[in-house]
Amino acid sequence: MATPEPPKGRQNFLGGFKLTLEHLGRPPVTRQYPEEKRPKQPRQHGRHVLNKYEDGMEKCIGCELCAGVCPADCIYVRGLDNPPDHPISPGERYGYIYEINFLRCIHCDLCVEACPTEAITESKLMEFSFTNRSDAIYTQEQLIVDDEGKPKHMPWEDWRDGDDLHTSGWMRATSPSGAAAFEGEVQWSGELGFGVRAPEGGQSGNRDDATTGSIPLRETLERHLIPADMPAAKRGPRGAMGRAREKMERFSPGFGKKHRAQAETDYADAKRAGNTERDRLPEVATSADPALSPDAAVTLTGDVTDSGSAS
Amino acid sequence: MIPSLHLVAPVFATDPLYAKGIGWIVLLIVLVKVLVVFGALMVSVMLMIWFERKVISDMQSRIGPNRAGPFGIAQTLADGLKLFFKEDLIPDKADRFVFKLAPYLTVIPAFLAFAIVPIGGEVTLFGHTFELQLADPPMGILFLLAVSAIGVYGIMLAGWASGSKYPLLGSVRASAQMISYEAALGMTVVMVVLVTGSLSTRAIVNAQAAHLWQWNAIRLAVVPFLIFFIAVVAETNRPPFDLVEADQELVGGFHTEYSSIRFALFFLAEFMSTITMSAFTVTLFFGGPDGPVPHIPYIAWIFPILWFLGKTLVFLFVFVWLRAALPRLRYDQLMDLGWKKLIPLSLGWLLIVAGFVINGWWGVAMVASVVVGSVLLTRAFSIGSERESTRAVVPQVGLRLWSRAEQQPPTSPTEGGDR
Repeated sequence: MATPEPPKGRQNFLGGFKLTLEHLGRPPVTRQYPEEKRPKQPRQHGRHVLNKYEDGMEKCIGCELCAGVCPADCIYVRGLDNPPDHPISPGERYGYIYEINFLRCIHCDLCVEACPTEAITESKLMEFSFTNRSDAIYTQEQLIVDDEGKPKHMPWEDWRDGDDLHTSGWMRATSPSGAAAFEGEVQWSGELGFGVRAPEGGQSGNRDDATTGSIPLRETLERHLIPADMPAAKRGPRGAMGRAREKMERFSPGFGKKHRAQAETDYADAKRAGNTERDRLPEVATSADPALSPDAAVTLTGDVTDSGSAS
Repeated sequence: MIPSLHLVAPVFATDPLYAKGIGWIVLLIVLVKVLVVFGALMVSVMLMIWFERKVISDMQSRIGPNRAGPFGIAQTLADGLKLFFKEDLIPDKADRFVFKLAPYLTVIPAFLAFAIVPIGGEVTLFGHTFELQLADPPMGILFLLAVSAIGVYGIMLAGWASGSKYPLLGSVRASAQMISYEAALGMTVVMVVLVTGSLSTRAIVNAQAAHLWQWNAIRLAVVPFLIFFIAVVAETNRPPFDLVEADQELVGGFHTEYSSIRFALFFLAEFMSTITMSAFTVTLFFGGPDGPVPHIPYIAWIFPILWFLGKTLVFLFVFVWLRAALPRLRYDQLMDLGWKKLIPLSLGWLLIVAGFVINGWWGVAMVASVVVGSVLLTRAFSIGSERESTRAVVPQVGLRLWSRAEQQPPTSPTEGGDR
């Protein structure tokens, strides 16, 4: 969309007056927060969760890499050898103490990057206010997902609908080892209750928003774009219809959520049945670029595809 | 009759209220008028602050105050209460007496100036006919100029008495700015006075009452109104001329060291003078309370007031609009606009208006002489800036530095500027 070249110098003296007048008629960018909540960003960094494998085993192996990398020094981990008769994690050790102090955490997600087993991920849950310091220190029992693979709801946490489904978005949005070539490639293990999940929207177009339920930033902020920058579906009467539907959703929760939730469960079912075709999103230019994808990348991608089609 | 008031009576001779002499009822009416105007001004300042915050937040795509009262209308009241209960600080190095005096020097003139604004037409009550205007002295416009000039003292003294550098810089700017713009402002007011033939605000309003094209804005061909409005924005220290309290450079400008109720007074004065100056723009150029009035018995007197309020509101909106749309001027830009553009323009326009007041031939002659004069002035400006840029004209202090730098003369004027 070509934006018109702004007039130079004093030609545009009256432009400011025109623009400010136009803004009088536009809806405000800011929202009345507690009453009206903006959709969360695709890569929102919220509080952590400790994940489990699909068979119920804990992913954490007590390696303490997260504690080592944490710049705010807010993670305390102690590993212990797995009891031979009833192992807690598939590895040699498991994390038997795991504490995160959220008064110190800066939500940089370095722990998520460091974790070799994707045991710790950040959910989008960010609305929690403690009334005492001990509440702010989440213990392992509080951090670990329940039997359905969903995070535990603390009494001081304010959750929105569907928040408990997005527990590892950031991890799935970034590519392993940060290489752009791997973006959107499924190289993570399955999660309890969800199976192997689809990639979240990253920087490329390699994303599956319908399944992951994430909303692109551009869509979140669309109300405030100048008309020329708005997507066609949001302009004019069509846009007004869409906004009206949105309002309906806000008045009667679940009005439009059904569709999204259905897609989510459909996807989870498909995963369990072994139909992983949806994992393979259309190839993007970046992953085909030889400069960006080293040889290792090709073998790895090949691996995933093979195992996917074999199972 | 109150005998001592005879001394004052000639000053208000034009007011029909004093035609039958000054009795207790007249005094009561004046007192009620004072109270009503004072109360209305205070309330309107409250509403103006709320209005400004709401409009500018809309223009900036924000929500604006919406917590205190319906639509946040009581926000100003809440802020005022908060300021009232805050600690009142006086800096160690401040001149205590002047420091305390300054806010009142700013607030009181802002109130006083409004006294001569005609708000409505004439009303008869208890057998006394009076104007809906606090006072109508025969030298009304001089009163306005005098009082608005006193307001500058408040700002100057506040900056000086604070004993701190930012307020001092702010007040130095304030005095320079006000002096430069007072000239252009005065010149445009003189034009209005010339065509009206009276200094009384009531007479000025009445002279504009007949037709729309009798409004001074149209009669004087728009330019004087524009000059007046620009000068007024500069006089009230509002954006884009708010160098006096430029937050980014001077913290808060002249009121940096002020807190609590004294700060509130400055705030009050700023918005008060915004309202007063909008009212004066309406009075001098847009016919004041003039407008079509339907002949409905008993409530016909309301319509002029509504016209006045409506017109004033338009200019209040323009004040806010200016703030939202324009960035702040640099100090030299401000001085250039004032001295090199507005003052010559208003001088030339004044000559032309004066010529046409006498007769058409004088007018044409004045137009010709102003054209010649402006051509000469433009030429003089361009020669001056040329010589300045080639360093042909260097001030005495600069000459000594210049000879030292002679070995390596600058290639361009901008490069040489920072040696």
